[in-house]
Amino acid sequence: MTTIISLTILGILVLFFGIMKKQSWLLPLILAGLVLSMVLTILDWNSFRSYYHEMLIVDNAAVAFSAVLIFSTFLIFSLAAHYYKGVLRPLDDIYGVMIFALVGAVMMTSYGNLIILFLGIETLSIALYVLAGSHKEAITSNEATLKYFLLGSFLSGFLLFGIALIYGSTGAFDLHTISVYVSACAGTYPPMFLAGLFLLLIGLAFKIAIVPFHFWAPDVYEGTPTLLTAFMATVVKTASIVAMFRFFTHTFHGIHGAWETTIWILAFLTILLGNFTGIYQPNLKRMLAYSSISHSGYMMLAVVAFSSMSDNALLLYTLSYSIATITAFGILILIREAHGNDYFSSLNGLARTNPLEAFCLTISMLSLTGIPPLAGFMAKYYLFTAALEKGLVWLVIVAIAGSAISVAYYFKPIMAMYLKESNEVKLTVEMPYKVHLMFMTLMIILIGLLPFLVMGIL
Amino acid sequence: MLTILLILLPLALSLIILMVKGEKAVRQFALAGSLIEFGVGVAAFIQFKTSCHCNLLFSAGWIESLGVTLKFGMDGISLLLVMLTTFLLPVIILSSFNHSYQRPAAFYSLILLMEMALIGVFTSFDGLVFYIFWELALIPAYFICAVWGGNDRIRITFKFFIYTFTGSLLMLVALIYLYFKTPMPHSFDFQWLYSVKLNPGEQTWVFLAFFLAFAVKIPIFPFHTWQPDTYAGAPPAGSMLLAGIMLKMGIYGMIRWMIPICHDALHQWGIVAMIMAITGILYASLIAIRQNDMKRMVAYSSIAHVGLIAAGLFTLTTYATQGVVIQMVSHGINIVGMFIIIDFIEQRAGSRNISDLGGIALKAPRLAIFFMIMLLASVALPLTNGFVGEFLLLLGIFEYSVVFAAVAGLTIILSAVYMLWMYQRTMLGKANEFTENIHDLTWTEMAALVPLVVMVFWIGLFPGLFLNVALPDVMQILNFTK
Repeated sequence: MTTIISLTILGILVLFFGIMKKQSWLLPLILAGLVLSMVLTILDWNSFRSYYHEMLIVDNAAVAFSAVLIFSTFLIFSLAAHYYKGVLRPLDDIYGVMIFALVGAVMMTSYGNLIILFLGIETLSIALYVLAGSHKEAITSNEATLKYFLLGSFLSGFLLFGIALIYGSTGAFDLHTISVYVSACAGTYPPMFLAGLFLLLIGLAFKIAIVPFHFWAPDVYEGTPTLLTAFMATVVKTASIVAMFRFFTHTFHGIHGAWETTIWILAFLTILLGNFTGIYQPNLKRMLAYSSISHSGYMMLAVVAFSSMSDNALLLYTLSYSIATITAFGILILIREAHGNDYFSSLNGLARTNPLEAFCLTISMLSLTGIPPLAGFMAKYYLFTAALEKGLVWLVIVAIAGSAISVAYYFKPIMAMYLKESNEVKLTVEMPYKVHLMFMTLMIILIGLLPFLVMGIL
Repeated sequence: MLTILLILLPLALSLIILMVKGEKAVRQFALAGSLIEFGVGVAAFIQFKTSCHCNLLFSAGWIESLGVTLKFGMDGISLLLVMLTTFLLPVIILSSFNHSYQRPAAFYSLILLMEMALIGVFTSFDGLVFYIFWELALIPAYFICAVWGGNDRIRITFKFFIYTFTGSLLMLVALIYLYFKTPMPHSFDFQWLYSVKLNPGEQTWVFLAFFLAFAVKIPIFPFHTWQPDTYAGAPPAGSMLLAGIMLKMGIYGMIRWMIPICHDALHQWGIVAMIMAITGILYASLIAIRQNDMKRMVAYSSIAHVGLIAAGLFTLTTYATQGVVIQMVSHGINIVGMFIIIDFIEQRAGSRNISDLGGIALKAPRLAIFFMIMLLASVALPLTNGFVGEFLLLLGIFEYSVVFAAVAGLTIILSAVYMLWMYQRTMLGKANEFTENIHDLTWTEMAALVPLVVMVFWIGLFPGLFLNVALPDVMQILNFTK
């Protein structure tokens, strides 16, 4: 609760400073505010409080995932100074809307009631429709926002319809009451409840971008301003998958039901399609879109496995995935700035002109592939172990095959940077930006070496 | 403590070397560093006691919630391979003194990083830590071959990476599967993994996963297709690292994991693996005869030789397993020697095609003598190191099946055919325009070759020391199969 309040106040302050025309104060204010709400969030650790008749339940999982969301947002805002350098228009609206989107995301990780889930998703989504179109002059940005808005609002309808059907059969929005209903059903659920469940699932699957509800993702990612794409690929994805996971952990309590097969199939399709299609992408940004799709497939393993390790595995996974993805987007921003596009050929010979940036992107790609001893490997390993604990051998084998396939596209930028002839364009990068990139790279390595700091805390 | 020092020292060196400026200084630093590492290796060898199974043990907690510990140590088999690694590294670095690589600091840094990963593989006594080092060795290998390699290097090295990465992922599945079979709380400690009792069906799957992972690395026919291209395309130091040390990871993995854990499946499926290995021997030997590129020829001969090692391994006899251990060391020494000499020839003549060369012996007698010694060791002439290993291997295979021994024995005859024929065409006869102005070996080059020759004869004449170091551990591993 303190997280939501402090972030909302931060958002309002940002808008206020915008009105006061104090543009240069915005970023320091936001970064300090994010650190403060991070501290406030962590203070809630082990408090297990619930608010407003269990509308919000702040348990340790909620605290941990909120912390990941705030941390990712912090990392993204640290890239903002460079990204918006030289932009003359006031930025308080974009920053403010990003903070409000984060509020929605935090609500999705700590809801105890389906109404709050819906509120959270809508707060997040409406903010994102605005953000996707925030580069008003660019036609691609307009295209992205229109596509996202049309599909997103349509799928919100699915979600709401699902919630309504669940309400119709259980008589409650409250997760606790639903869980009582579920255990009373003892395995045989009425069709209305199942229909509601599947519609809810579809609504969330769209937000996470799971195959076959992923078609919007590459186009929207490509058109959206790169900094905000990073936000979509990390914060939004984490929040949505956690929302789905939370729904099942709070209502089904280890009861295995019909929904597992559905998610099994979705995960299977997502991993295979995401990885295979990733190979054929012409540029880095679309490749990262498909990378994010296939990673949501891996994260679904935690939902299917539903084992004692699942929540912790998901925590480590979202954290390491987010850091590596933001690092990649950090380099992508530089590439687009220098070349005006992000075809793989624009990366040629980067290792010669900018060895540090090339190294950061390499570490990020290797971590996403899952090469030890980086964070991505530990996360994948922990997740697969959680899945194997429940005997999901075949799904894990598919996931591992997917990791092997993903080498084919994650190595494209590496090969371009180290092995191709240089195109002699040196990227100009300021010192703080470099330090930030190095910090994230170091985090990837450190989480890989010291995974026990995150493992076993939930 | 020495074990952990052996791992950390190359890591530290690989980072420090990035700050060294100037090509010459970098080379000297790399050489000095690898020599110190060899010194530490020798100290470990002296401290090692064959009677004790707790040699040079280092243990520390890592991910306790998952039962992963940083447990390092050495048994006789590990010790020999660690000695091989630390011994070959200075030789490989010294032999590349003539090359002026672009960005030398990065090149030697990767070589030292690879040494770290290799030693980690050979000394870790924990399943997951083993896997981590196993994968870690792949990254520097990939970059060494891809950045400093020859023509078409991007495609070749990518194929190499995909092959080995996929193989090792299968090994990871097998390891996690075993992990869940250990009693609660689960552990990756290799003693725990060894004590897992699997039913025959499970063993077959685990065997298959391990076998594919290791067979790609070794490589065993028909998983060898990445190998000739990669060896031929890699820079000389890269080929030496891959062929001399990295492929031993596969054989080591088979001894360390496959035999103790999948012994029943080995009795059942070993014959299939054996047939694959022996087919590979014949196939590779026949192809080697037709090769014109010397490096490719040595690459194919390597497939044949390691095929024999693998075949010996699957017999599960004491003789052959002893042979496997000693032949791992010998093969490493011999193939590095061959690659060094081919590299020296290529630098002088500007070509390594057999058809371009001839008459080198007249111009460069010292080179020809060293070449002859390494070549005879490769074809397993008595009194050289190759003979000891291959003799034991064939003895073991003979015990297992006479037919297989007869076919496998062809490898010695065939290797004599292609090796000597190559020698005849390149070294003897008249000099041509490529070889007219060849000069003989310099002192630095001799310094790289002399240690190898010493080892060829040391192991060839007095193999007892090396055999005895590993014997108790070989017996212990084979006990699992009874």
